[in-house]
Amino acid sequence: MRIVVAKPGLDGHDRGAKVIARALRDGGHEVIYTGLRRTPAEIVRIVMDEDAAAVGLSTLSGAHAILIPRLCGGLREAGMTDVVVFAGGIIPEEDRPALFEEGVRAIFGPGTTTSEILDFLKTLDERAEAGEAIGVGEDPGWHWE
Amino acid sequence: MSETDELLIAAKNGDRRALSKLLTCLEEGEESPVPAGSGDSIGVTGPPGVGKSTLIGRMVDIWLARGESVAVLAVDPSSPRSGGALLGDRMRMMSADSSDSFFVRSLATRNHPGGLMDCLSPMVDCLAECGWSRILIETVGAGQAEIRVVAFAERILLVDGPDRGDVIQAEKAGIIELADLIAINKSDLPNAARAADSIRSALSVGELERNPEVLLVSAHDGSGIEQLVDAIDAVETTTGRERLRIRERLISAWDSTLLGADSFDEVMAALETGSMTLSEAVESIRKG
Repeated sequence: MRIVVAKPGLDGHDRGAKVIARALRDGGHEVIYTGLRRTPAEIVRIVMDEDAAAVGLSTLSGAHAILIPRLCGGLREAGMTDVVVFAGGIIPEEDRPALFEEGVRAIFGPGTTTSEILDFLKTLDERAEAGEAIGVGEDPGWHWE
Repeated sequence: MSETDELLIAAKNGDRRALSKLLTCLEEGEESPVPAGSGDSIGVTGPPGVGKSTLIGRMVDIWLARGESVAVLAVDPSSPRSGGALLGDRMRMMSADSSDSFFVRSLATRNHPGGLMDCLSPMVDCLAECGWSRILIETVGAGQAEIRVVAFAERILLVDGPDRGDVIQAEKAGIIELADLIAINKSDLPNAARAADSIRSALSVGELERNPEVLLVSAHDGSGIEQLVDAIDAVETTTGRERLRIRERLISAWDSTLLGADSFDEVMAALETGSMTLSEAVESIRKG
């Protein structure tokens, strides 16, 4: 799978994002890493140019409630309703339902194992094959627990 | 009308997503909707870590300011173990990421020998057909003998840096003889001028019909980049390279055929168990 790993907002470091990028690579995926401090509009553009099937967002600084819905909206506006959005970093439990409602399919907090993320991606493949919703513009009824 | 024809029409009308999907089709080996050889590209090659991506980012800024549109095909290696890849070139070309006149596609080698894939040629053709005025291919970090870029690019910019070995390194044969232009990056560091001098002196005693210009640049502070961009336009491509280009294309196509052979996995398994010798394996694949 081609996956963009992106850092929206003003986070100061990207240790976590790099660990995830590396784990996905070792899981056999092609990972495009954006580097720090990208705007949602830039990330939409990158996902489009790279024809990525999924985008993983890492945020640590508390701006997730603004930036992630903006990115989801941007992808839908650009017609990329089939792209999968997942997130990680510091995202409190109480903020998660709203993001799932936006079409985010998984949120991975601290302590997540890399094999869990690979399992999530495998599940995406299975769901896509069965014709079930996984994209950011599709029915948000399902997300990874 | 085929899917690629439809995507091409949409892409020519400025639909970026269609362009991106078209490149995916080509990467997956579908037939190009554009006649082969219609595009023209600049190959940027050189050892890992000399600053190819950052330098391209700087050159792109200049081209965009001059009203051109730039597309970059940035190649990074696939993992021989997992088949995955970490494609990080575009993060070094950040400043232009929101311009409509700039397009970057990151590509994994998918372990194609030579570090460059056959799909690059049709990609260049399609990008040219869609009106991109500058098309660049950034190779994987390449050593002395990796000249596959000749098969895919009309002009070759070799990027090198300071402290990469003594003068004997510059005397060695290889890609240095094929470069149209050589940029010594990191001119803000000590020893860059000395590296440029070593390469110039190595070239000066050679028998090339025309020695490539050696320029000092710094992608870090921007010095020398305007001159480099101008020098790229001034380069006259040497016709003597045509035979070599055809040779590299043939080898590349051969590699693809080998890797795509139906019996490839079977033959690999036989080699692993020792039930087949190498020459038997080659014979078996050739027979199909």
